[in-house]
This record gives sequence, C-alpha cells and structure tokens, in this order.
Amino acid sequence: MRPLSGDPPRGWPARILVALVALGLAAAPFLFTGAKPLGVAEKICVMAALAASYDVLLGYTGVVSFAHVMFFGVGAYGVGLSLYALGPSWGALALGLSAGLALAACLALAIGLFSLRVQAIFFAMVTLAVAYAFNVLASQLPDLTGGEDGRSFRVPEMLRPGYKLGEFLGAAVTGRMLCYYLVFAGAAVLFLILLRVVNSPFGRVLQAIRENPLRAEALGYRIVVHRTLATVVAALAAAFAGALDALWLRYVGPDTALSFSIQIDVLVIVVIGGRGTLYGAVVGAAVFVIAENYLRLAVGAASTATASLPLLPNLLHPDRWLLWLGVLFILAVRFAPRGIVGELARRADMG
Amino acid sequence: MTDIGAALPKPRVDVWPALTPLLVAAVAAPFIGSTSTFVTLTLASLAMGAMLFVMASGLTLAFGMMDVLNFGHGAFIAVGAYSATVVYRFAAPLAGGSLALDLLVFVAALVFAALVCGALGFVYEKLLVAPVYGRHLEQILITIGGAIVIEQLLLALFGTEPIDLSPPLAFRGSLSFGEIAIEKYRLVALALGLALFVAQLVVLSRTRIGLLIRAGVENREMVEALGYRIDRLFVGVFMAASALAGIGGVLWGIYQNQARAGMGGELLVLVFIVIIIGGLGSVTGCLIGATLVALISNYAGFLAPKLALVSNILLMVVVLLWRPRGLYPLGAR
Repeated sequence: MRPLSGDPPRGWPARILVALVALGLAAAPFLFTGAKPLGVAEKICVMAALAASYDVLLGYTGVVSFAHVMFFGVGAYGVGLSLYALGPSWGALALGLSAGLALAACLALAIGLFSLRVQAIFFAMVTLAVAYAFNVLASQLPDLTGGEDGRSFRVPEMLRPGYKLGEFLGAAVTGRMLCYYLVFAGAAVLFLILLRVVNSPFGRVLQAIRENPLRAEALGYRIVVHRTLATVVAALAAAFAGALDALWLRYVGPDTALSFSIQIDVLVIVVIGGRGTLYGAVVGAAVFVIAENYLRLAVGAASTATASLPLLPNLLHPDRWLLWLGVLFILAVRFAPRGIVGELARRADMG
Repeated sequence: MTDIGAALPKPRVDVWPALTPLLVAAVAAPFIGSTSTFVTLTLASLAMGAMLFVMASGLTLAFGMMDVLNFGHGAFIAVGAYSATVVYRFAAPLAGGSLALDLLVFVAALVFAALVCGALGFVYEKLLVAPVYGRHLEQILITIGGAIVIEQLLLALFGTEPIDLSPPLAFRGSLSFGEIAIEKYRLVALALGLALFVAQLVVLSRTRIGLLIRAGVENREMVEALGYRIDRLFVGVFMAASALAGIGGVLWGIYQNQARAGMGGELLVLVFIVIIIGGLGSVTGCLIGATLVALISNYAGFLAPKLALVSNILLMVVVLLWRPRGLYPLGAR
C-alpha cells in the first residue's frame, strides 16, 4: 500500500511544508475556534484539490485550459440544483454528484476532441470562449440555475451546523465539523488519486507529450487521445471539488462556482506553488488563501496610512489586491518557473 | 526570353471562405422577413464587423508574424478606450462646435490611443513577451499576468465606474433611406475599418518593410544573416498590433458609449472567436471572420436574443469542422 504512489515531495524542506499544511488542515477544527478560520481551512482544501486537478493539465500535460472552473461549476451546480429540487437527502446528493460528473466528462471530451487536434494554443482560446459562453448561459437560464442570484439549498441533516453529536477532545462535534471533514477527506482522497494518475504509465506518457510531442507521437502514443483523456480526468476531479464546495457553502451561484476570477486564482496557485508537482497545488492553495484572507487586511491598512499621497492609496487599496498578485505571478513565471515546491526541490537536489 | 511568370503554377485562389458571409446573409434573410429590417441589420453588422476586425487584426498579425499570442490584447483595447476618454475630457470645451472640429477631436482621440497603446506595447514586448519567444505555454501565462496588471492599473487610475464616451455630435443620429436606417457613426467605423484593412494588405504585400517581415517569418536566420535586425522588426510589429488594439478600443468604446476596464476581457473572447474562424495569422481571414461573427451576432440577437453569444460558439464549431485551421490559415506551420 503506497498512498503517495512512491512520489513524495522532493527534499526535506518541501516535505515539511506539505506535512505542515496537511496536518494543519486535518486538525483545523481543534486548533482554531470561530467560523472564519474553519472557512479558510475549507477554502484551502477545495482550492488545493481544484488546483491539483488543474496541474494535471498545466503542469503534466502542458496545455492551458480556461474552462477548468466551468467543470468546477458543473459539479457544484449538479449537487446544488439536485438538493434544491429533490430535498436534502443523501440520494439526491448522490444523484446530483453523478449527474455533475457525467456532464463534466462529456463536456471535456467534446472540447478536447474538438480543439486539441491542431495546436495546444487553440485549446487555450477555445476553452476561454466556451467558459465565457457557459457562464452567460448559466445566468440566462434563471428557471433552472437561479440566474445571477444562484440557489441556496439545504444539505442532509448530519452536515448542518445545528446538528450536535457530542464532544471530542474538548471541541463540540457539530454538523459543521462533520461537513468540514467530509470536504477534507474528499479533497485528500482526490489528491491521492490524482497523484496515482500522474505516476501511472498514462501519466508518464502525458509528461512525454509535454516534453516532446513529436517524439511521443513517433513512439506510437496518440497525442490527441492522451491530451483529451487528461482533460477528462482533470474535469472529473474539478467537478468533484466543486461538489464538495457546494456542500460546504450550501449555495451555488455564478460568483462562487463559475466566475473567471476563480480561474485566475487557480492559475496563480498552480504557478506560484509549483507546476508539475501536484504538491505545489497544496502549498500554493495554502499560501494563496491565507494571503487573500489576512494579508489583504494589511495591504488595506497600508492604503489608509498613505491616504494623503497621490495614487498610492489607490494602488494599495484592498480591491486592487489582484494587481499585486498579477505582478507576483509575472515574476514567478519569469524568474521562478518551478514555483515554491519546485525551487525547494531543486535546492535540496543541489545541496 | 520566355516569360518565366507564365510557366509558374498560378497560386490557387480559395474563394469559398470569402463567400460564407453572403451565404449566412442569404440563409438568415427569409427568417427575418422584412427587407428593411434585414438591410438595416446587415449594414449594422458590417460596421460591427469592421470594428471587430480592427481589434482582432493586431492580434492575428502579431501571431502570424511573431508566433506570439497576446492574451493581454483585450487589455490594450481597454487602454485605447480610456485614452479616448482623456482626449475627450480635454477637448470638452470644443465639443459640438462644428463638423470639422468634431472630426479633429475624433482623429486626435484615435491618434492618441494609437500612440499610448504603441508605447505600452513597446514596454510590454520588452518586459514580458521577448523573454518567452517560441514558448507558447509561458507566453500564455505571462501575457495573462500582463492583462491582469494592466486592467488593475486602469481601475486604480480611472476608478471602478465606467467612464462616459459619447460619439461626437457630428456622428450622432442616423441616415435613413426609406425604412432603412443606419447610424452615422457606424458608417464612420465601417470606413475606418476598411481603410485599415487595405492599409495592412498594402504594407504587407507592397512595401519593403512588409517584404522583410514576410521573409522573417519564412526564415528568420537567413534574413538576419543578410544584415537585418529581425528583433527590431518584431518589436515594430508588436507595437503596430497594440496600436490597432487601441484604435479598435476607441471605436468600440464610442460605439458602446463608455470605457470600462472589464471590456478588454469580454472583447478578448469575441476577438479570439474571430481569429480562430479566420485562421490564425491571416489578415483577410480576420476580416471575413469578423464579418461572420458580427452577422451571426446581429441576426441571432434579432431572432433569438438569448442565443446571441452561444451562436458565435456554434459558428466557431461549424467552421472548424469544415476547416480545422480556420478559413484562411497562414501557411502550414
């Protein structure tokens, strides 16, 4: 039994970092009190799973997709709309999850077969257009999706905040905690499955195609088929992550499930965490979500402190958080293309 | 002396893609019914197509010449529109004076936007694009980063509210011929779009610069060995592409009556659909793609408003099933 598929993070610094994040997430309900820290921990779990699935495409297959959050949204809407329409039962949850996964797989198959035939750059453009159209479609079908307002729904009783099960290690075991552990376990299993996939013979072929498509094809591997299958695997994983997030939020809407800004976040997480390592997604998600929730406040304080200067307060305004993220992103692509985990591994290899 | 030209095989002229807009119009006509509505819609589409062409041609030009796909192209479009608001703010006291004055301010806005975007394009090329030549994945990532930064800077400089950008008084209102009406501004946009199309074709096929650019695409090392600085030429192409985005941004901003930072991202989607349909790198294909997208959007907007954007995706699917590389792909690279 090898849960890490024989592919642990390379180098001790990276191992310690990943272990810290994993342990912190596993113990989050006991380490922190209050709703916000648990919400942050949940966000890290979901973003780590989503970013890991994106890394299968970006880091391992070498294709850029802008429709990845669309699959996340398909999973979220699948669970959300099913629970909304059929009531809060486990059966409805299972039905919604399977419907979401099936739709995500079909969409990914269609997009992949259709646009990966020519050049990988085509795929980036086509996915951007498709994701945009899907977003518009979701907000223009209010009878089905709730439109811009989205849908709030009830989850099975065990997962509701009001549900009490007793006490464990000094912390009350509530439905909220159970829901958190459902998300955590779901994200962890998903991550391990993805790790298994990229270390399988199939994953090796993906990396071969990334490194040299011509040579891989000459060896007899069908590029289109492999890239499309990678898209489908990534889409299924993204849809699953979306379903987990919807369960936690008890709400689906364009802003939480389909927005293009989530796509940018995922891109930033994977690049800054480290492409082609999967662990980069976990570290990147932790750094990103914590920075988004706490560093943003510090930037806002700097904005108020410089209020008398021209322009600077505008640049430092919390709403302009994306500006600094963009700068950091460019610097990462230019000067540290391996990301945090990749750089740590490189140093460990040299030392 | 035998005429060598006569002995060479004639280049095969592929006319079918060029006829597709006519086909689309012919198919849509019976559904729309009324002739005057049909003509009005078609004329409006041609103007919209011209604006889309101006915005998209820069992107397709840079891709064809330099193999660079700039995901920040939309941000340049937004910069163009904001540049126009600056000119109009300064020229506010002059507004509505006379046709000549209105025209002068409009041209000033176009020139200013082209200059600002061209200069920005220079910096952008040096800082972001030049280090990642030939690597598509890095190009996509770094230009996405550039797009984010430019959009956020626009928000920081101009605020989050859209800025009003009305057409000059001289271009307001419409001309009508019987029941057919067309806004004056659309005619201006159509004329400018066609002029820029012809200018691009002439520069590429009839001038020395165009010759060098085309030669550089074919065989970069050979042109460099002959003593030409291809890298400078490419910077020039990128600046021209950015300037075209800026001009397109002015046209589109006035057409929409406002400049918004978010317009770049939305237009990038349309522009991508246009150049995918047209064939990456082809200026002629870009014009046909833009016209097709505009026609389909307007017809669909009239017949089934909810399908307007999805119709463009369907158009893209149909075209790619017919011609997987777009209507007029540039070479077989």
